[in-house]
Amino acid sequence: MPTLTKRTVACSWLAATALSALAALPAAAQQPPIKVGFMTVRSGALAAGGKQMEQGMEYCLAERNGMMGGRKVELITVDTAGQPATTKTRAQELVERERVNAIIGPLAAFEALAIDDYIRQVGVPVISPSAAAEDLTQRKQNPWFVRAVGTSAQANHALGEYAAKDLKLKRVVTIGDDFAFGHEATAGFQRAFEDNGGKVVQKLWPPLNVADYGSYISQIRTDVDAVYAAFAGGNGLRFLQQYAEYGAPVKVIAQMTTVDEGILKSMGKEAVGVISSGWYTATQDVPGNKEFAAGIRAKYGADPGYYTAGAYAACAFLDAAVKAVDGKVEDKQALMKALRSVKLEKGPYGEVTLDEYGNPIMNVTIRKTEEKDGRLQNVVIKTYPKVTQFWIYDPKAFLADPVYSRDYPPAKNLGQ
Amino acid sequence: MTFWVSQSLNALALGGLLFMLASGFSLIFGLMRVANLAHGALFMLGAYLGLAAVKAGFGFWAAAATAAVAVGLLGGIIERTLLRRLAGRTLPQVLLTLGLAFIIADACLMTWGGDPMRLPPPPELSGAVRIGDAVFPRYRLFVIGASAAVALGLWLLVERTRAGAMIRAAVDDVGMARAIGVSASTLFTAVFCLGTALAGLGGVIGGPILSVYPSLDQDMLPLALLVVILGGAGSLVGAFVGAYAIGFIYTFGQVLVPDLAYVILFLPMIAVLSVAPQGLFGRRLG
Amino acid sequence: MSARVLPFAVALAAMAMVPLFSTSPFYVNLTSQVAIAAIGALGLNVLVGHAGLNSLGFAVFPGLTAYLVAWLSTVGGIDPVAAALFALGGTMMVSALFALVALRTTGLGFVMITMALCQIVWGAAYRWTSVTGGDNGLSGVPRPGGAWLPLEKPEYFLWLCLIVLALALIQLGRFFDSPLGVALRGTRDQPRRMGAVGYDVWRIRFVAWMLAAAWGAAAGLLYAWYHQFVSPHMMAVTASAEVLLMVVAGGAGTLAGPLIGAALVVLLKNLASIWIDRWVMLLGFTFVVIVLLMPDGIVPGFSRLTAWLKRLRPTPAPKLVPRERADG
Repeated sequence: MPTLTKRTVACSWLAATALSALAALPAAAQQPPIKVGFMTVRSGALAAGGKQMEQGMEYCLAERNGMMGGRKVELITVDTAGQPATTKTRAQELVERERVNAIIGPLAAFEALAIDDYIRQVGVPVISPSAAAEDLTQRKQNPWFVRAVGTSAQANHALGEYAAKDLKLKRVVTIGDDFAFGHEATAGFQRAFEDNGGKVVQKLWPPLNVADYGSYISQIRTDVDAVYAAFAGGNGLRFLQQYAEYGAPVKVIAQMTTVDEGILKSMGKEAVGVISSGWYTATQDVPGNKEFAAGIRAKYGADPGYYTAGAYAACAFLDAAVKAVDGKVEDKQALMKALRSVKLEKGPYGEVTLDEYGNPIMNVTIRKTEEKDGRLQNVVIKTYPKVTQFWIYDPKAFLADPVYSRDYPPAKNLGQ
Repeated sequence: MTFWVSQSLNALALGGLLFMLASGFSLIFGLMRVANLAHGALFMLGAYLGLAAVKAGFGFWAAAATAAVAVGLLGGIIERTLLRRLAGRTLPQVLLTLGLAFIIADACLMTWGGDPMRLPPPPELSGAVRIGDAVFPRYRLFVIGASAAVALGLWLLVERTRAGAMIRAAVDDVGMARAIGVSASTLFTAVFCLGTALAGLGGVIGGPILSVYPSLDQDMLPLALLVVILGGAGSLVGAFVGAYAIGFIYTFGQVLVPDLAYVILFLPMIAVLSVAPQGLFGRRLG
Repeated sequence: MSARVLPFAVALAAMAMVPLFSTSPFYVNLTSQVAIAAIGALGLNVLVGHAGLNSLGFAVFPGLTAYLVAWLSTVGGIDPVAAALFALGGTMMVSALFALVALRTTGLGFVMITMALCQIVWGAAYRWTSVTGGDNGLSGVPRPGGAWLPLEKPEYFLWLCLIVLALALIQLGRFFDSPLGVALRGTRDQPRRMGAVGYDVWRIRFVAWMLAAAWGAAAGLLYAWYHQFVSPHMMAVTASAEVLLMVVAGGAGTLAGPLIGAALVVLLKNLASIWIDRWVMLLGFTFVVIVLLMPDGIVPGFSRLTAWLKRLRPTPAPKLVPRERADG
């Protein structure tokens, strides 16, 4: 009984507005809806990010009255449970059973990699609202894939330079989740930091599901200028809280998701003063973000963060591409071409374009976590405009190097 | 020197936490031969209930007591209405307790959402103390003490009270215990309540260190099983020794051999089980 | 004999005909997943149902094979079929080593030691990123075949899976009826007595372990070819628990049980989730209900039901004594 599915015919609840839109666009009445598959996570450890993605998506569609390029949008939401094999099956469900025109999702990098070959085979446009694995838009770029978020390292190159040049840090310890996202973010930071004269003198990699950071925190050297933290999901909360319990002897600089707005609402004063970098900050002053952030706050009672902005942007990218092809999404090649040349003037990111690999070029901000208006917020202290995934490096040389990992680029200053 | 002091304290705190987690499991397994695979989910439920109580304005200690009682009651209901029907049948028990674990975990996700949440330690226990050159959180010192107190309390209960004598009798031979007038039925329910209440209490006590998040149950259950197996199933002393042994192995293993961080817990277990299949303090089963 | 074979033949034929009736390859692929899960569950059933050894680390066998074949056929650049042979062989060798450790224990000790062995391989897959790709896993695993056997097509791949499933059913059905199969159940029910009358309990259990490993490896091979990627998640504790649930829910010790259990879990997980958001809870409730209604699993539950119905008729009642087990 397909009518009982959890698919959302997003415009139906706004009948009046939709009617006026239909009146303006008579053609829309005859055309079938655009089917968009949306892969989120509703069960398991990643459900918090999944919920924020759903909010960003819902907000984007409501803002457009459930229409894209003059056609109704039928959103088919599936739960990947944060497991690669399930993600693959859900992708098959969307492509083979629902015959969607495009997919927005999935959440985690390992999920995106699990369906990478499949989407190549079936050729369906996929917009990533969250998965940041470097190689998806680098060494293994996929013609059917564009990203609406930065790569793992994209904002961390900027933080590396800022830490060395503006904060004048000399020696730093890094600690990060022991999985690809943590490895790549830390590698980007380390590369830019050391290229600007800094030294990474110790690198710690607690396993993703470690029960207790105590033994790692006790290892963090205290004779350094700062500790760089790269955590995802709830681990940033746990690390910062436990680090504060141990007296927080060294100040913390952090990768984006460690103090993301999505988790900041659960944090306490231990997060105050943390300097981080990101390609999205709820407080950033770019065209369109004030309305977006205020709208999300009004509707869901929380500041938008990584996942909310990512899903919204993915939806906005698709909207722009559908408009560019006049709603003719059945021509997959044309839709994909339009997606790859998307340019948005305003929105959460402000102005954004895609590079030739399908990855956004956008502002990266350096921010500081402060308590303002009775809640924790990331306050922008510096903006690096139009940052690409390659930072200042030559794309050819960048791609000729191995992908960022736990051991690349090698840390030459350990123990100093 | 500072290294050894601070990491030993870390190991003790982790061991204490693990004992809080595993003691209830061990108690239940020892008496009823039920491997309660919902133990991790009950631990997580305790943490969420404690957090909800704190948010409702309870103090930390009242919240801990409330969560322990609530989870214990739930355990009693599970034992009376479901587990009782499956006495002595391992596989159906596995299926039932895993099914319950799924239900409890998903219900927590439904009720409290997926956002990880922090459970702040009580104000009198926040902050750090200096021990020599080592800095150590006051709350973790409390965990070390609290787990020792729980261990002592359980030991006194089992070894020095009438109820404890009944438990010991039933552990050794249920039939014989029944024959001499022990009401095994009441005893089983009481022990299951106590064991699950300990899980709930452990969740709240562990909350300020672990924080509260979905899949906390999946992170904790293997640790509980490890402790029980290493120490020997059903032995309180075994659970105590097992918990602290794992606390030390895990802490120093991760620090000294980071490349083995993922397997450091399992290598010693395999070694122990290869030599002593019933665990360090276990009796041969069945 | 034929009365026993018939239901299986009908089931397999029905699965093989899914491509003829399905409007979308989605259902064909789903059927392949049921078949792959069933092969794995049949393997685990040798241990759980017939040897009385409950394993919470079964995923190590499919995991090892899947990683080996993925690595050999992508990084190693070997032909998929040759890679498959090496992977199966490698898995069997590692499994034999694992047996030396695992078979020292029984009962809960066995549960834990198998979980530990699986966690060690999982940890290696997670940490050894330069070889295994870490949590990103290895992708781009090629399926074998070519123009003469287009295994990239869902229906052909399904038929391959069903052939392997049929082989598993035939081989295991014969094994369970063989003297060795009977002896294996003897070691489950009366291990000491079996030892006393001269059976080498360890060797019988070793055969069961290797048999379970072999079918687990076959499932892992098909898994890697089906998904065309591998990642450490396939060796998580939850993955092993899932296979165990298939066996127990379907009915441990029966030949049809693992098949039914695999279908139940795979379909609940992948089909029910289309209509129901809280499918994890539904899965949990399903297990609880199964336990309450049919504690020994679906297949024994139904045979008891039909036997009970027969008893209502005035024919002599069949003897239905629940099997007692010495070890629990």
